[in-house]
Amino acid sequence: MSAHLQPTGSAYFIAKETELAETHTLSVLVDNEPGVLARVIGLFSGRGYNIESLTVSETEHEAHLSRITIVTRGTPHVLEQIKHQLERLVPVHRVVDLTVRAANLGHDRPIERELALVKVHGSGEHRVEALRLADAFRASVIDANIEHFVFEITGKPSKIEQFIAIMKPLGLIEVCRTGIAAMNRGPQGM
Amino acid sequence: MSGTENQMTGAEIVLQALKDNGVKHIFGYPGGAVLPIYDEIFQQEEIEHILVRHEQGAGHMAEGYARSTGKVGVMLVTSGPGATNAVTPLQDALMDSIPLVCISGQVPTPLIGSDAFQECDTVGITRPCTKHNWLVKDVNDLARIIHEAFRIAQSGRPGPVVVDIPKDIQFATGTYTPPSAVPTQTSYQPRTQGDLKKIEEAVELMKTARRPIIYSGGGVINSGPQASHFLRELVELTGFPITSTLMGLGAYPASGKNWLGMLGMHGTYEANMAMHDCDVMVCIGARFDDRITGRLNAFSPNSKKIHIDIDPSSINKNVRVDIPILGDVATVLEDMVRLWRAATKTVDRARLNDWWTGIAKWRARKSLAYTPSDDVIMPQYAIQRLYELTKDRDTYITTEVGQHQMWAAQFFGFEQPNRWMTSGGLGTMGYGFPAAVGVQVAHPESLVIDIAGDASIQMCIQEMSCAVQYGLPVKIFILNNQYMGMVRQWQQLLHGNRLSHSYTEAMPDFVKLAEAYGGVGIRCEKPSELDEAIRQMIDTPQPVIFDCRVANLANCFPMIPSGKAHNEMLLPDEATDEAVANAIDAKGRQLV
Repeated sequence: MSAHLQPTGSAYFIAKETELAETHTLSVLVDNEPGVLARVIGLFSGRGYNIESLTVSETEHEAHLSRITIVTRGTPHVLEQIKHQLERLVPVHRVVDLTVRAANLGHDRPIERELALVKVHGSGEHRVEALRLADAFRASVIDANIEHFVFEITGKPSKIEQFIAIMKPLGLIEVCRTGIAAMNRGPQGM
Repeated sequence: MSGTENQMTGAEIVLQALKDNGVKHIFGYPGGAVLPIYDEIFQQEEIEHILVRHEQGAGHMAEGYARSTGKVGVMLVTSGPGATNAVTPLQDALMDSIPLVCISGQVPTPLIGSDAFQECDTVGITRPCTKHNWLVKDVNDLARIIHEAFRIAQSGRPGPVVVDIPKDIQFATGTYTPPSAVPTQTSYQPRTQGDLKKIEEAVELMKTARRPIIYSGGGVINSGPQASHFLRELVELTGFPITSTLMGLGAYPASGKNWLGMLGMHGTYEANMAMHDCDVMVCIGARFDDRITGRLNAFSPNSKKIHIDIDPSSINKNVRVDIPILGDVATVLEDMVRLWRAATKTVDRARLNDWWTGIAKWRARKSLAYTPSDDVIMPQYAIQRLYELTKDRDTYITTEVGQHQMWAAQFFGFEQPNRWMTSGGLGTMGYGFPAAVGVQVAHPESLVIDIAGDASIQMCIQEMSCAVQYGLPVKIFILNNQYMGMVRQWQQLLHGNRLSHSYTEAMPDFVKLAEAYGGVGIRCEKPSELDEAIRQMIDTPQPVIFDCRVANLANCFPMIPSGKAHNEMLLPDEATDEAVANAIDAKGRQLV
């Protein structure tokens, strides 16, 4: 009713963000115990961080350690917070910002690979064209009949994006992607 | 020990693990999913169980117990509603870094996920409001998990943990593992020792500072009495002025000559001005909370900042610092004091003279002044009298949340750590009274007073019944102004004095309420009768509700209005109705 009389104020102080957001890839080594993934993604949603890609799998079976790869976007300040907040979780052993590590090692970026399964309608002229393009992208056919193909493709996310875009006009049916697995170049581990 | 000696039921393991972790008191409420544990409690005498009236009360009692003793507080609740009622105190403890172990019952393992009676996803619900939590799936893991829970709750930055135990696990028989046989988790190794190079760097900076300030917080209290001891020594050696957050009051004595009073939104003029104008800031166990900093881009613009904290995520979170020191406050301060002593000869103390002269001018502004009255009790006066009449006693103070909390922080002088229990981070109305009950359990001979507001006290008033049952003579000192005072103050400041739902038209008769519970009620309405009434309260050996009728519309000043910096405070003598209405300009109002 009287909202127009006076704009509402606030008990909080909000400062404008001046830093630019960057995309970074993090490797997180965790105990593979129930709820550990929920802790990690709950932290991201609870604190308003972004997740652009997430992969997780047990990598050291005897030690029950899983490696989570997260691609996230934020200002350098937020990215530093994300790292520290992750380190605070009890089952988290190590957090490495692969993007920062790559820069320190003099590389452009860490090695990042993704696998996708791409199902495409394939009949008539499109059939030949799809096969020819798949060959150029080094995608392999893992299932087919006279009406469709399922391609398996691995590579950098940009390559997969491109392949999917090209397949669209040829009769793309569905896509499944694993999300990014990543590590740094060179002899050292994370 | 033979294998059979260590065989116990899950419920027995719980009690044994609590005993082995030094627990003497637990606060709880029974229910279907914890009956086996309650049956064990019945059959032993080492641990005293305090029966609360609501699980929220159990949590705040455990918090008050923990905060006043430095030990871990323990609460015990049933599944479903028992666990959900525990959420508020868990989050409260998380934000104020209070070590708390919450044991909750859960429906039997085969029923989990079936929407069974009184089932809830306790570990899911409490995951973001605990430092860590566990659902016990094997009775042989139970002892280890409880020992880990105690270790995690009290080490590093302390916090709450939940151990959720399905009922079938409580009945099942398994092996008990003593704490000494449980290895520490490799992924959780909090660092306590500060980097000596950084500490040296900090001392070098402090030696050359001309306008230094120490800004200490709740971390000093959490770190233990040694931390307060070294803090006092550091202040003495350096001659630096010191201010503190709400949570840190008592680490440095309020009577100390270097004390500037509390800082922040309702802090003193001298503390906030010194923070704004300093050239070196030493932040010790505090986290640059938004109630402290005011407008971030105007926060202490010309200072080099040193930050001592045990939690890496607290460093550079809100404010960029120049020298971060990761470690336990007591350990780092011990190194700092030692290094300072070695350097004493090279330090010129006279360099601080101008700074202290400036501070004296700010102090002379008397930012806590208020207009006294002979007719009505001013809330500030009530706290002052309460302080004067209790300061020579063994006194513990808790508060609820609101104006009374700020007035208590401003006008009650704390000389020792662990004497002041308040909900700082979460700002939980209803915290103070149960917290006081917890303090009284830990210190049965001491004078424990909950400074309350008339609105807050009604949020956990049911624990009067608990206080009476256990003969805990807690004193509730209500500054009764009939309003949710802080809400009303903000409505006056920000919303054109439209007092939407901040007035309590129907108030219980607190005297009769006290009597109904079996306690004692006292009412006081005149300043001239206040001292006598307070003495009567102190001398009453039962729980007391003191209904102190105070000026209804008093505002809490000084205040940093939103959108303002530390040097733009609203002081009480300038706070005319017009100034209050215009304190926050259009720009400040637009802040979301």
